[in-house]
Amino acid sequence: MSSNNESVQKTITVALVLCLVCAVVVSSAAVILRPAQAVNEKANMQMNILQAAGLYDPQQSIQEQFQIVTTRLVNLETGEFVEGMDAERYDQRKASKDPSMNRVLSGEEDIASIKRQAKIAKIYLIENGDQIEKIILPIHGYGLWSTLYGFMALEGDGNTVAGLGFYEHAETPGLGGEVDNPNWKAQWTGKQVYQGDEVGLRLVKGGADRSDSYGVDALSGATLTSRGVDNLLKFWMSDAGFKPFLDNLKQGRI
Amino acid sequence: MAKTKELLFDPVVNNNPIALQVLGICSALAVTSSMSVAFVMSLAVIAVTAFSNLFVSVIRSQIPSSIRIIVQMTIIASLVIVVDQILKAFAYEISKQLSVFVGLIITNCIVMGRAEAFAMKNGPIDSFIDGIGNGLGYGAILMVVGFIRELFGSGSVFGIEVLSKVTEGGWYYTNGLMLLPPSAFFIIGFLIWGIRAWKTAQVEADEFKIAPNTKMKEA
Repeated sequence: MSSNNESVQKTITVALVLCLVCAVVVSSAAVILRPAQAVNEKANMQMNILQAAGLYDPQQSIQEQFQIVTTRLVNLETGEFVEGMDAERYDQRKASKDPSMNRVLSGEEDIASIKRQAKIAKIYLIENGDQIEKIILPIHGYGLWSTLYGFMALEGDGNTVAGLGFYEHAETPGLGGEVDNPNWKAQWTGKQVYQGDEVGLRLVKGGADRSDSYGVDALSGATLTSRGVDNLLKFWMSDAGFKPFLDNLKQGRI
Repeated sequence: MAKTKELLFDPVVNNNPIALQVLGICSALAVTSSMSVAFVMSLAVIAVTAFSNLFVSVIRSQIPSSIRIIVQMTIIASLVIVVDQILKAFAYEISKQLSVFVGLIITNCIVMGRAEAFAMKNGPIDSFIDGIGNGLGYGAILMVVGFIRELFGSGSVFGIEVLSKVTEGGWYYTNGLMLLPPSAFFIIGFLIWGIRAWKTAQVEADEFKIAPNTKMKEA
């Protein structure tokens, strides 16, 4: 290395040129690859939805399987479908951060610790003729370390659980991370949500009785994650969540 | 040619970055619970080490020594981001499993170490080959550790079932420890022991002597 490399001018020039070149390389990679990444993310989300409903078949293409699913928007307060908005492009997570589209939850109402809730939810329906076969609802809430994002699939009666799955969380692997365990998820299928007018579905510490149609085993060694899952279920199935919509559905109003 | 071969294969056993230099252990613990993930991670590290060595070497005579480390870091970081973006676009499932560890290649001592120790003093082609060689050395250890962990932890190799698990009606009780990062510590330890028993030149001299008066005496 010659000594003229050490001058201030040279140092600044090298730093500037290097930064420019690297910035161009990084940003062009990001821009060029963006469409391919968006396709992957969309397919991944569709796969999560199908998996929650227990319909995913790895042998077939996701797009083909997803054709049976209709995306709809629901106003959580009135429990009615929202017309005149593009359901495909609506982003519920973004909306929950937008003051014009969200609702700030009061402390006692906010059992799932999500602080803000979008007024409009994006749900997925699987229909067979006029009959609704499955309803897939987005749910989220705070566990131990992270917000768990997932889907809850209900049968057409709006009361029987068809499946549950979380697609994004950062709980402890092996403990709270067991929310991804297929054996645990399989327990949800066939459980009932509402006991009378209240949410009966719950996690039972120490293991639920097999005959209990509302209880699911809590995760061993993960009390706080289990409590989080329990709370977020209670929240999203209550009046603040999807109950008005499910009631409308059951009574055939929509 | 002899030199090229040496540059390429010396780091695999004789001068392995993990087993001899004991660099890059952190990611070796994190990404070896399944072989396919370890394989993609190895490819990513090979690509980053090779190209960072190449670019650092190309501009080595222009780099002022006062900012050389940050120049190397900038090049490495840019390459890692590009690799991460490519994985997200073309190997989405695996990039989800690798999650943060692709980004952490930036801090992998092997990449930085080769840029500083080799690429700053050698020509671009030699540096590129040296980068591939060290990436291969890293990858070789990762694959061995990944093989042992996946075989005994999940009863499979590259996701293909080899030992039939009890949970699926077979006979093999999976070893839960193998799925946890600490098991990689033990495996890497045994590997280092094995390599040094084979290549005795790698054994380091004791830094201390045991004093003679510690011998057992009759009371």
